[in-house]
Amino acid sequence: MKHLWRLLPFSFILLLAGCGVENLSALDPQGPVADMQLSLIQLSLYIMILVIVVVFAVYLFVLIKFRERPGDTHIPKQVHGNRTLEFIWTTIPILLLLMLAVPNVMDTFTLAETSIPEADEDGVEPVPGEDYVTIRATAHQFWWEFEYPELEINAGQEMYIPTDTRIIVELEASDVIHSFWIPALVGKQDNVPGITNDLWFEAPEEGVFFGKCTEICGPSHWLMDFKVIAVDQSTFTTWADTMAAPPAEFTEPQGEVAVEGRQIFEANCIACHAIGDEGGAVGPNFTNYADREVVAGFLEHTDENLREWIRDPQSLKPGNEMPAFDESTLSEEELDSLIEYIDTLQILE
Amino acid sequence: MSNAKAQPKSVLWDWLTTVDHKKIGIMYMVAGLFFFALGGLEAILMRIQLMFPEFSFLGYQTYNEVLTMHGTTMIFLAAMPLLFGFMNFIVPLQIGARDVAFPFLNSLGFWLFLFGGLLLNVSWFTGGAPDAAWTAYVPLSSDSPGHGVDYYVLGLQVSGAGTLIGGINFLVTIINMRAPGMSMMRMPLFTWSTFVTSMLILFAFPALTIGLLLLMLDRIFGGAFFDVAAGGNVVIWQHLFWIFGHPEVYILILPAFGMFSEIIATFAKKRLFGYSAMVFATLIIGFLGFMVWAHHMFTVGMGPVANAIFAVATMAIAVPTGIKIFNWLLTLWGGRIKFTVANLFALAFIPSFTMGGVTGVMLATSAANYQFHDTYFVVAHFHYVIIGGVVFGIFAGMFYWWPKMFGYRLDETLGKIFFWLFLIGFHLTFFVQHFLGLMGMPRRVASFLDGQGLNEMNLISTIGAFMMGVAFIILVITLIVSRKNTDNVDDPWDGRTLEWATPSPVPEYNFAQTPLVRELDALWHEKYEGDGKMKAAEPLDDIHMPNGSILPIFISLGLTVASFGLIYSTHVITVIGLLITFGAMFVRSIKEDHGYHIPVSEIKRGKGER
Repeated sequence: MKHLWRLLPFSFILLLAGCGVENLSALDPQGPVADMQLSLIQLSLYIMILVIVVVFAVYLFVLIKFRERPGDTHIPKQVHGNRTLEFIWTTIPILLLLMLAVPNVMDTFTLAETSIPEADEDGVEPVPGEDYVTIRATAHQFWWEFEYPELEINAGQEMYIPTDTRIIVELEASDVIHSFWIPALVGKQDNVPGITNDLWFEAPEEGVFFGKCTEICGPSHWLMDFKVIAVDQSTFTTWADTMAAPPAEFTEPQGEVAVEGRQIFEANCIACHAIGDEGGAVGPNFTNYADREVVAGFLEHTDENLREWIRDPQSLKPGNEMPAFDESTLSEEELDSLIEYIDTLQILE
Repeated sequence: MSNAKAQPKSVLWDWLTTVDHKKIGIMYMVAGLFFFALGGLEAILMRIQLMFPEFSFLGYQTYNEVLTMHGTTMIFLAAMPLLFGFMNFIVPLQIGARDVAFPFLNSLGFWLFLFGGLLLNVSWFTGGAPDAAWTAYVPLSSDSPGHGVDYYVLGLQVSGAGTLIGGINFLVTIINMRAPGMSMMRMPLFTWSTFVTSMLILFAFPALTIGLLLLMLDRIFGGAFFDVAAGGNVVIWQHLFWIFGHPEVYILILPAFGMFSEIIATFAKKRLFGYSAMVFATLIIGFLGFMVWAHHMFTVGMGPVANAIFAVATMAIAVPTGIKIFNWLLTLWGGRIKFTVANLFALAFIPSFTMGGVTGVMLATSAANYQFHDTYFVVAHFHYVIIGGVVFGIFAGMFYWWPKMFGYRLDETLGKIFFWLFLIGFHLTFFVQHFLGLMGMPRRVASFLDGQGLNEMNLISTIGAFMMGVAFIILVITLIVSRKNTDNVDDPWDGRTLEWATPSPVPEYNFAQTPLVRELDALWHEKYEGDGKMKAAEPLDDIHMPNGSILPIFISLGLTVASFGLIYSTHVITVIGLLITFGAMFVRSIKEDHGYHIPVSEIKRGKGER
């Protein structure tokens, strides 16, 4: 039923597929859930184009045929209506809508199946981290926290997932309502304070996918981006193990400058930004900070941008909770050491 | 019985105290056009901000305020009052009445709307407008710092009371005040749609009132209805808001449907095809409008059962809407179609609204809605419906009824320039936004990053918005320079309904003798089957008229003062404001006012109707 549109002589309108930037566009799906949703969009689009073509054809015919011509003064026949016609244009839309409603109801229930996979025929229980991954995505003004309860990991801003694995996301919010959307992988669900929503998806291919907040949540709503990084199973395991138990050089770095940077980090940053499970969770977890592609969710990851962000976060991302560190709290030299230390927090090459 | 007509007064006093439905209608139009210009300016500011990636023309906080005020202004202070203007002016004429059922309440409704709208806009000058979008979802709105959202809550509460009063007034008027012979099934479609819209107002606005009340209690009196930490629930607001908000869409579009039905029939010189089907389709749309509110909340986590039910219920609305589209097409079929500006807008509505309608069905597809929701696809959809439906309706109605309302015809040449610029600008602005949404652009973003493939279409959209802005300026020029066209204004379009049986400008008593209605399209019937004049249903006699009153302004002013007291938690002022309001109500209750009579001699002098 869902692929009924293939039978329609409208395949020339496939132009919709592939619009926009890869890994961002819902029109360029990179996984089964977004595929299912694009198929449904296309089915609805074809039915609607059929409607539009019929309406426009009658419309243009009528306007051309029955336009007033110069000198024409006849009074048209005053027609009351027509029962048969009324019946036809009541019944046909109902049939067209049923063609859409049935697959939609089926898909709506499929998308709601967010339970973890069941044990297989031999009674082998599925392994979290391999057969499926549960991620608790908590939205904050204006960043994303990704907890992996089974793997005891807390990550910020970037959500690592293994390819070809069922990903179950539980959505929560700490302040206002946000909404979690990865256009190329899965449609959105809202992060609502006091309620836990969930969704599932899979990413068959490795890649970096863009995620967005779609519910207005304050002045920096538009900057509340995140990334979904799909890697192969062994890379994911490496990442997960390191995140859960960071290596000694993260907490006790070698090298004079980095040692000083670590001390500054402990004095100023760790209350909000944890490394491993050590530290607070007011801001994003820093364990793999040097792997991040962006600073603050949107700036290119360079030392200059990081410096600017630490000095004046409010002007870059108004309304966020990060305090500014001006020269009186953090000298230029101290900032250099801090950034050098942060640059060592790297898990994946 | 007092026969003394009040002494001649100044023009200003006359307008401030009037209870004449025609003057109130004109005041609704003027205020509505003012707020429409304001909301349009806000739209232009937003489009300038979104012209280029990472462009900060307004600042993100200010952008959110402009965004909130654009939506709130356009819905509550522009579209509704403009429609109320037509409903006020036209409906009593169409049913052959001398006025609405409650002229005093009619005036009160207008002044409440105006004071509420002005109150809302005062926030610009007192430290920031509301910034939580027109939907004001909690907890963003309940936690919003400053007083912006307080202005939203009280401004909408005051103006909403005015709307509710207006709705009740129209219901009573249409049920009770129809001329002899005008059965319900002989009412013009615009009157029918006003009737159904008024029912929607009656049932929808209380939900908004309660939502706003709860939000006010949370923000101003430390309540915790929406405070999750104290056991509150934030989704309740969304239900209350959309139980109002979805019918609100039909409150806006149904009167426009009514206008198109009149205008298309007039300029095709044909009776409306399938009149009774059109009436029932209107009623069904009004009924289903209350059954589908949760389709705005598919992603909030209601579960697949609720989502599936609301998806199917929403799709069902496409059926009566489709019936209407085909009936309009068949009204045109076999007609003699005249392309006046009024009809151009009505004709442009059919394809534009069809496009907005089909994207509505796409949005109703719940599983696909997870992709559409809160993106620019939604922005494109509702602008196609609201501009392609409601705004086109308002412009069509303006060009159609302007001679009746203001006594001069709007210039057709300038009007056509306006029409084409507006139409092209509109499609340029909003067509590309369908794609922007699916390509990953959420709505209500204060800017967008470079390198996401969104640059070109945003620029196109802004260019379209500028065209619409220029078009609006041409409209304003048209309204001014057309004033010399005062000839042929009584019945310039060979109208079908009763309002065209009155002279322009319409005398204050509308009809010297209440007309006798013998057929649907009463005037057309008399012109083509009878002797061209409406039959009178009563002998010529003195006409009893209500006196004007300044009290509605005081009642509204008192509530506005009380609102300031609430916003700034200075409850002495709240009490003073309420005393003004209740004092004015008390004066109204004890003061005897029997109105006055217009003597037959004066009616004969002014009797110009055919």
